[in-house]
Amino acid sequence: MAIVSATHTGAPAPAPPPPTRRGRRWTPYLLLLPGMAWLAVFFVVPLVTLFSTSLQVPVPGGEIGQFQPAFRLANYADAISEYAPQFIRSFLYAGIATVVALLISYPLAYLIAFKAGRARNLLLVLVVAPFFCSFILRTVAWRAILADEGWVTHTIKALHLIPQQQSLTASAFAVVAGITYNFLPFMTLPLYASLERIDPRLIEAGADLYGSPFTVLRKVTFPLSMPGVVAGTLLTFIPAAGDYVNASLLGTTRTQMIGNVIESRFFRIVDYPTSAVLSFVLMAIILVLVSFYIRRAGTEELV
Amino acid sequence: MSGTTSTATAEGAALAGTRPAPRVSHPAGPRVRRWLGANALRIYGVIAFAYLFTPIAYVTIFSFNIPGRNNLTWRGFTLENWKDPCGAPEICTAVGNSLKIGFTATLIATVLGTMIAFALSRHRFHGRSTTNLVIFLPMATPEVVLAASLLTLFLNLKVPLGTGTIILAHVMFCISFVVVTVKARIASLDPRLEQAAADLYADEFQAFRRVTLPLVAPGIAGAALLAFSLSFDDYIITSFNSGGVNTFPKLIYVSAQRGIPAQAYVFGAAMFFIAMVIVLLAELVRRRSAVR
Repeated sequence: MAIVSATHTGAPAPAPPPPTRRGRRWTPYLLLLPGMAWLAVFFVVPLVTLFSTSLQVPVPGGEIGQFQPAFRLANYADAISEYAPQFIRSFLYAGIATVVALLISYPLAYLIAFKAGRARNLLLVLVVAPFFCSFILRTVAWRAILADEGWVTHTIKALHLIPQQQSLTASAFAVVAGITYNFLPFMTLPLYASLERIDPRLIEAGADLYGSPFTVLRKVTFPLSMPGVVAGTLLTFIPAAGDYVNASLLGTTRTQMIGNVIESRFFRIVDYPTSAVLSFVLMAIILVLVSFYIRRAGTEELV
Repeated sequence: MSGTTSTATAEGAALAGTRPAPRVSHPAGPRVRRWLGANALRIYGVIAFAYLFTPIAYVTIFSFNIPGRNNLTWRGFTLENWKDPCGAPEICTAVGNSLKIGFTATLIATVLGTMIAFALSRHRFHGRSTTNLVIFLPMATPEVVLAASLLTLFLNLKVPLGTGTIILAHVMFCISFVVVTVKARIASLDPRLEQAAADLYADEFQAFRRVTLPLVAPGIAGAALLAFSLSFDDYIITSFNSGGVNTFPKLIYVSAQRGIPAQAYVFGAAMFFIAMVIVLLAELVRRRSAVR
């Protein structure tokens, strides 16, 4: 995305592609062919099969797991009405996690962009470094850190911040905290890229015009960093809405997200049409969000 | 005349700073508060990084735990896990699978993605916005949707699930990230270098081979590393499309309820430290060559 290119490019904007010489017309298509064919077969076509699976019906008199092609649109009504709570819960958890991630990441990105000097690259690496360790291990680590017997919980309860019977694990709080933690770099890096592009003289100008540091932040820095905020929000919210690992490791059956339902309907209760419906609806909602973004920013900035 | 002289002298003395400034006493309270205000952001940074690394510290510490049924309570310090990381059942098979799949998927995805990146950066063609969209969408789609849709493809075509289907899936979602990374690197190239090559009688292939490719190489290497780490650490897409094959994240997830073997923590901590060393070395090399 332009976000990534912003972190690498010193030049103002990439030069437009040079005019093609005659006879070289096929080069770009040949270069594109293998990769795009792979994406077509393994990304675009599966979306089609997802849709067709969502319309299937069980084979009458067949075993569990046997479905036949059909065109039962009522599958959509059934699945959505039955699992609407999980949908809403997924978007709620993802939304809260995104907002908290923004609050945590903005000062961090600001620090790296403006106050880090030569340590900037190192700090960026440190932001991404936790990802070098398996994310499931890190999520399980949080479950152990927040366990009732751990000293973290003891300290928090000693400070009377939460009631004594409350458990921090197996709760919505733990799920949202896990999602926030796991997607923090997705919010920090686009924010950093956007903040780094801001001309520091604009901030100085704000101070010259008698703005307090907070006013300058509010009226100059934050509006200028909006592209990063939007990109970071999308990059965090969208994967978080479909995540189910956090809900499964850190939550209970009452904190199930839509991803959990999709997974269980594929593997535990073999009900392919329902899970296909839910996946497709999730995808459709995400596409709507992305289309708003594209309409404002255009497709050249995407990649 | 003497007035101006004395003023000039006084001014000169003040400007030269020879006159000592009167000392103002700074009480400790406001001074501490001012220091806090000036350094609040740095203090926040320390706290934020501590938060980011807390689970890493936990994983590292507990990799030295005496193994038991689960790795939740501290039993004592031991080096046994590190000396015998394959001690737990299945774990080395799983790590081996993850490495094999990772290398294969990285190789394919890096080649395909680099080709696409060059096409997008250096050529004009029809269907640009569709191409951009199709490359962007896998990055924007929730993993569970990618996983489910691939599974329906394999189910409908009756393709057996296994290592092959995992590789197919991993290449698919890695291509986009490779394209983005390499494209950013290509965009930062100075076009005058290739023009200079042309001025020195290089044809297109020579210029590409001797000038462009070496300059883009760090970007390609970075993209390959990114693809490898995405593939190695992938759980959701792998779990949907793997059948019975175990990868490292899948093994940890499956044993999360029963109890994760301490050896898994060893691998987790080892991966982290190896990756940190590689990245820090690369940064050192970059700084050294930049200074030169």
